[in-house]
Amino acid sequence: MPEETVSVAVSGPMTPVFCHVLRTRQETRDTFTIELEPPPGVRPFAYAPGQFNMLYAFGAGEVPISISGDPGRPQSLVHTVREVGAVTRAMRALKRGDVLGVRGPFGSSWPVEEAAGRDVVIVAGGIGLAPLRPALYSILANRDRYGRVVLAYGTRTPDDILFRKELEGWRARLDMSVHVTVDRAVASWRGSVGFVTTIIPRARFDPRDALVMVCGPEAMMQFTTLELQNRGVGIDQIYVSTERNMKCAIGFCGHCQLGPTFVCKDGPIFRYDQIQRFFEIREI
Amino acid sequence: MTSELLDQEYILERNDLQKLFDVLSKSGYRIIGPSVRDGAIVYDDLSSADDLPAGWTDEQDGGTYRLKKRNDQALFGYNVGPHSWKKFLFPPRTRLWQADRGAGTTEISEESPDTQKMAFIGVRSCDLHAIAVQDRVFIQPNVVNTSYQARRQQTFIVAVNCGQAGGTCFCVSMNTGPKATAGFDLALTEILEGERHYFVVEAGTEAGLAVIEQVPHTSAGPAEKTAAETVVSAAASQMGRQMDTTDIKDLLYRNYRNPRWENVASRCLTCANCTLVCPTCFCSTVEDVTSLKGDHAERWQRWDSCFTMDFSYIHGGSVRASAKARYRQWMTHKLATWIDQFGTSGCVGCGRCITWCPVAIDLTEEVRAIRESEGLPAEGREDHHGDT
Amino acid sequence: METLRPILAQHPFFRDLEERHLELIVGCASNVRFNAGDFIFRHGEEANEFYLIREGMVSLEMFVTGRGAVKVQTMSEGEVLGWSWLVPPYRWMFDAHATELTRAIALDGKCLRNKSEQDHDLGYQLLKRFATVVQENLDAARLQILNIYEVNA
Repeated sequence: MPEETVSVAVSGPMTPVFCHVLRTRQETRDTFTIELEPPPGVRPFAYAPGQFNMLYAFGAGEVPISISGDPGRPQSLVHTVREVGAVTRAMRALKRGDVLGVRGPFGSSWPVEEAAGRDVVIVAGGIGLAPLRPALYSILANRDRYGRVVLAYGTRTPDDILFRKELEGWRARLDMSVHVTVDRAVASWRGSVGFVTTIIPRARFDPRDALVMVCGPEAMMQFTTLELQNRGVGIDQIYVSTERNMKCAIGFCGHCQLGPTFVCKDGPIFRYDQIQRFFEIREI
Repeated sequence: MTSELLDQEYILERNDLQKLFDVLSKSGYRIIGPSVRDGAIVYDDLSSADDLPAGWTDEQDGGTYRLKKRNDQALFGYNVGPHSWKKFLFPPRTRLWQADRGAGTTEISEESPDTQKMAFIGVRSCDLHAIAVQDRVFIQPNVVNTSYQARRQQTFIVAVNCGQAGGTCFCVSMNTGPKATAGFDLALTEILEGERHYFVVEAGTEAGLAVIEQVPHTSAGPAEKTAAETVVSAAASQMGRQMDTTDIKDLLYRNYRNPRWENVASRCLTCANCTLVCPTCFCSTVEDVTSLKGDHAERWQRWDSCFTMDFSYIHGGSVRASAKARYRQWMTHKLATWIDQFGTSGCVGCGRCITWCPVAIDLTEEVRAIRESEGLPAEGREDHHGDT
Repeated sequence: METLRPILAQHPFFRDLEERHLELIVGCASNVRFNAGDFIFRHGEEANEFYLIREGMVSLEMFVTGRGAVKVQTMSEGEVLGWSWLVPPYRWMFDAHATELTRAIALDGKCLRNKSEQDHDLGYQLLKRFATVVQENLDAARLQILNIYEVNA
């Protein structure tokens, strides 16, 4: 089956570039990973961990999806997507050789450089592990630059655990600690049961200096930042990844505003002290 | 030499105004200006100076707009109506690109920029400031809305200094008028004195000078200049509303939980009129459409409003589900967060949101109420020592 | 606050408390009232009080985007609201929202912590009572999580 050809050299930031699908893989019941060849004419597709693309399914629509792959391997552009509507459903149906429109990368990134010399704690809830995975890859690629590395990951049930094989591989390493917990267990589950914040008191890291990256549903991030503060971590040591409705991703359409910030360009990743005052207001 | 010419003021007789139109249309401009339609003064294509609303004025108040006949034939004797110039610089619906998918190929082609030049006749000072405000939104150092920029660069602006203030105007409070001071090619002040009907004209740019050169004009004398100043100061003294902007950003940042928001929410219909008539509101959405066969797709950009439920929708629901949250978003964006985002207020004091709100919500009053409430005791605790 | 003494003495939470301890507690007590819709405390704020509810209803909730304010528990007459004042770093985890006109007695947590440091017997009496409150709430929360009514678990 011959690959679709795509035309190149379109320049406007609102115009997607079509990329070929390399493969798709079902991760959990409602989440899948899709790998794309980088856009022709834009190789390598350089991005920083935490950034996102706007992905366009022909005729269906466009959605913001964090890049979940390894920035050190630019040969493929990886996104992990939860199927929640028409566009993500259309994406799920794509096969090798099909095309998907890409605009990006957009947004701020995880402070991987800034974490050098410090303990790094990564707290992920649910699909929040996907936007954090590129940060973890970057850190592990230069492992000796960092202090202790801790991953705390919580999901609702064992069936919702993403990247199981990789998690097992990380756990087997001697130079990082991996804690996985679920809210609700099934009989066969032998691991921890409890909300992800319960890992924080047990994890070993220096709260005075650690850099913490948190991603998950907003309520989870709020409880996590509180628990971290309870353990002596300052709000200027915590980074969160926020989510808002996005249409343009370049700061014109107004949809993604969170107080005075535009999540598409000032975020999605923020140092917590910089948005706390707005983030904690209901329905802001 | 040019700056001296730019400092001079000229006289254009009312009967020669048509010649100004002629010069502009000969140069290929589409002429747009005020005209009466459907009981309001709107901005529309003008085929001649006769299309202007001669002898009309408007009466505006909260939730009220009426046209009334004047007892003279002034061409600009009214204030601003439901339209603003964003309708032309940032059109309500524009196509961004088209894509076609054939046997084994996918091709996409962007929309070419608009090449039609536009001349705006009768731009009020508040609207000049509004255009400047939108310039800061759409033309940023790192990213530019190129179709907005193209239209903007091709637009010739004939401003008009207001001779009277509207019932909902507060440009004086916002430092945006009534006198046009920048951002125009020509600025006119209309004077009616007994039998005489003329305009005192200022050129703001070389392009403006070039146009006035081609139209019969004389130099303005001191009496005429004074007449123009009198007209403008009369307008300045008649403002229908007033907004205290002292420390307004921090005032609103401190008051996200003020009970006043519940009060406004009980009145607000979230009809989005305010965002449609506001000359600075810039929110838009993207519509991806496809043909039935699925082989042709287009992306359109369309005006949007933060008052809709969809606006802040993410999986699971809208971030701002309540009317209170949506009204608060609009007002705090317009008056406070806009300052952090773009360096100026988003409000130019034109009063349209007050006039066109079906329930007459007045943001100057809302700011006043919030300011006043800061003197009162905090919510919640009432200690009753001795109460059982 | 002398007039509060009989009320405190009769409140189920302080039943069987010795006179001298009641005396210490009364000194940290005040009468408070919240109108329907008022917030008593919010997630993240410093926790320096607890409340004995005399009438009305308070809901303990967390705001979740798209779902609105999710109530995890309600407290009403005779019940106790708040134990974060007991445990460092003394910060509220949830929002507490009066859903009806609510009258309560507010106990000053800082005041009681200080008195407990000086009088360990008082501290023990308070902790015993709070341990029961926490245990009851924890068991209830676990039962809620069990999702007992679910047909297809």
